[in-house]
Amino acid sequence: MKLGGFILTTCAVLIGGAGLLWATDGLRAFTAEGARRLEIARIQPQVPDIRVETMSGAFKTLATTTGEVTLVEFIYTTCADLCQASGGEFAELRDLIVQQDLPVRMLSVSFDPEVDDVNALISYGELHNAYDETWTIARPDVSALQSILDFFQVTVIPDNWGGYQHNTAVLLINPDGQFSGVYNTNAYKEITQAVKAAL
Amino acid sequence: MNFILAGISFLLAIAVQFWVAGDPVIHVLVQFPLLAISGYLLVAGQTIRDVWVGPALVLAVCSILFWMLPRTLDAVLNDWGMHFAKFALLPLTVGVPLALCWKRLHLIVRGFVKTETISMLGILGFLYTHAPVRICNSYLIDDQIRLGFSFFYVAGALSLLWIIPVFRGAEVPTNQIIKKLRIL
Repeated sequence: MKLGGFILTTCAVLIGGAGLLWATDGLRAFTAEGARRLEIARIQPQVPDIRVETMSGAFKTLATTTGEVTLVEFIYTTCADLCQASGGEFAELRDLIVQQDLPVRMLSVSFDPEVDDVNALISYGELHNAYDETWTIARPDVSALQSILDFFQVTVIPDNWGGYQHNTAVLLINPDGQFSGVYNTNAYKEITQAVKAAL
Repeated sequence: MNFILAGISFLLAIAVQFWVAGDPVIHVLVQFPLLAISGYLLVAGQTIRDVWVGPALVLAVCSILFWMLPRTLDAVLNDWGMHFAKFALLPLTVGVPLALCWKRLHLIVRGFVKTETISMLGILGFLYTHAPVRICNSYLIDDQIRLGFSFFYVAGALSLLWIIPVFRGAEVPTNQIIKKLRIL
């Protein structure tokens, strides 16, 4: 009887432990954001044909076929604190990329295209010294927005002050047009290394 | 009677569903416990054979750990399968096994589970109040901090709830307690 209980309990511990390992991708991802990053790195989904309107009024696709890496971050121009910080970080990343002469396009894409018109994109760009070359600010079509957010697994929730909170990150699209990496906005070294690896 | 209370608890859990998407405190500290309690009450008073006591406790503990993961919280809000799994599994794999094994557990094990519960709530409280990033993509940072403080409040409340009987005096005669301790 005692031995039977011991064996059954041991089995339960093994099964339960295996279940928890499975649920956390081997203790590597406890949060949805961690799981998203592992999944993207593993699957590397092909980016659909998405067009965005840039601050200069031109239309660009997110993925290119010209051998460049594209770095995307989602923003909204009326953001008071966090995006201003991440905008500054994107500027710093741009400086690093220009310095190292890497073939990279950088896009800050608004997830609030109803409010963020081209003029809003221009003033956001001016505020952060985005000159359209290398780094530009862009807005998707309102009707395409939700599918874009779904594809990149961007969760946007309204805060109580008329703004939004979202899982801010730098998203990497490789020269093959695959969405292949998600990085913290200030992980400059990690991002430049990933860019070099993707080229 | 327990059956009715279990039903009421389950219905209350469904009723608060309206608020769970906007408030993690309601989600984690009201709805989750209500669902577990409904399972507990469903089989309260029933018992299982000794061999199953250990596995039942392990099942309950592993399930609780799973439902404590921040990614689980995001998943139930974004995935219909997980949404329904929440209503089925919290009663059936947390409440039910806990009810079936609790009375059969050794006094020391029960004490261990209780102290672990309190310290785990303390750790969660610290994590959610001090994390520099948002832990759940679906909840605002202010709500995350509020949830952290709520973990502290619950830890405090449970400490009080479980320490009061100690000072109230022993319900079993002392010689029986000594006998129980000798079994160790």
